[in-house]
Amino acid sequence: MSIVAFMGALELGLIYALLALGIFVSYRILGVADLTVEGSFTTGAAVCAVFVVAGQPILGIILAIFAGAVAGLCSAFMQTKMRIQPILAGILTMTALYSVNLGIMGGRSNIAMLRDETLFTIIAATTGDMALWRTILPLIIIVTVGVILGLFFHTRMGLSIRATGDNEAMVKASSVNTTFTKSVGLAIGNALAALSGALIAQYQSFADISMGLGMVVVALASVIIGEAIFGRRTVVWNISAVIIGAVIYRVILAFVLSFRLNPANLRGISALIVTIAISYPAIKSLWHTHKLKRKARLNHVKNH
Amino acid sequence: MLKITNLSKTFNAGTPNERIALDDVTLHLPPGDFVTIIGGNGAGKSTLMNAISGMFLADSGKIILGDDDITFLPEYKRSHDIGRLFQDPMKGTAPHMTIAENMALAYYSAHKTRFRIGIGKPLLNLFQEQLEMLELGLENRMKTKMGLLSGGQRQAVTLLMATICTPKLLMLDEHTAALDPGTAEKVLTLTQKIISTDKITTIMVTHDMKSALRLGNRTIMMQNGKIAKDLQGKERENLTPEQLIEMFGG
Repeated sequence: MSIVAFMGALELGLIYALLALGIFVSYRILGVADLTVEGSFTTGAAVCAVFVVAGQPILGIILAIFAGAVAGLCSAFMQTKMRIQPILAGILTMTALYSVNLGIMGGRSNIAMLRDETLFTIIAATTGDMALWRTILPLIIIVTVGVILGLFFHTRMGLSIRATGDNEAMVKASSVNTTFTKSVGLAIGNALAALSGALIAQYQSFADISMGLGMVVVALASVIIGEAIFGRRTVVWNISAVIIGAVIYRVILAFVLSFRLNPANLRGISALIVTIAISYPAIKSLWHTHKLKRKARLNHVKNH
Repeated sequence: MLKITNLSKTFNAGTPNERIALDDVTLHLPPGDFVTIIGGNGAGKSTLMNAISGMFLADSGKIILGDDDITFLPEYKRSHDIGRLFQDPMKGTAPHMTIAENMALAYYSAHKTRFRIGIGKPLLNLFQEQLEMLELGLENRMKTKMGLLSGGQRQAVTLLMATICTPKLLMLDEHTAALDPGTAEKVLTLTQKIISTDKITTIMVTHDMKSALRLGNRTIMMQNGKIAKDLQGKERENLTPEQLIEMFGG
């Protein structure tokens, strides 16, 4: 793998790490598989692209974050007040967001921003070193977000959100409104997804209506790779693991691509990694039972 | 402290599975009352507890706690004033969070605190003092995840959490039934100590006739969603567990 390919993977990994953190918040902290992010990731990119074209790249990012949060709130409303199963609520919001995203992009299925100012070109223009900033800017953003998130989950609200995912009955019995904590959690998760989408759009100077497709699996793979390497400990530890996991996922991807493997297989491989990783405890116990049975059979044969 | 008036609840009304779980129950608890509730399965004990805690709304009747009518208050708002322990020790705490974090959640739920990150030193000291009271050595393990504790230890910590800020009402739903006899006894003693120190109005559901008579100052027997017997004072003092079991049959 060339150094250029590696740096590219690192940069993409740092930006996609935001999405992975979003999934981490909903899946690991709240214990909800939130499919909304497939839509809100694109929403972030779409909102941002429209504002980049209008010459407002920074405002675009800020509004993208808000748009993502609103998408998360919609899903949360369906899950809590309307009592729709979380998976279905996510699918419904994601499906509706497809139309919303198309609307935001003015009916076009993609927007190119090649000649427009982005966060990257603005900073490059003042410092003169584009290549360096394409790495450093995502790094600064992800570290900042990681630190804020880590601190947040040690505040009163953060503790309540973590407890909601850990033991909802207990949280209800300690006068915390779980509708509220779930809403805040999902809003954060989708805001992170939208921020990730917005930055990807600016990084690639391109936004596409289908760029969110399969993103849940990609983000889950990042979360799981991080956990497999570093294990699960404290919140701050886990957040760091997710970020590194996202980068490693991109590096693996670049590595696979450098062997001229068909990139069309990547989604399939990602899905396989996630399936195996999540079912790992079940597979382990099946194997353990099998070994115990075999041992018992052998002893039986020996004794007769 | 607690005034329940004409409370009724029917499950699956209008279907063949219709079941009257609470039938016109009226119950007044003066402040500091410690009531034990006994009754067979399906007698309505748990339904009564759940109706008070707000897990569902009753069909008719009124619940007043302190000076507030809580009949239509959502569950999470009632829990400001109600501490609750369940039979399952796993139900009362968050397993993947530390002892200190669990206690902080309980503390925050009753106190308005200014925004801060992490748990402050004074609060940690308070938790340490409280944990020392348990005499389980947990005061040195505040950063241990709750899920690593035994059932008895978890239940003891849950008890602390429920009473860390004296609630208007404490509800114990067979909270020692899942523990081994030795641990159960320890948790019961602790329960009694905390309740008598803070004079907490308490309702305790139990299947153990001995502790039903030994603990508290009043015993209520429920049958078919009604209060069948309300024993207190002299009558209760002279009662033996055997006589109580006999009453069950009659």
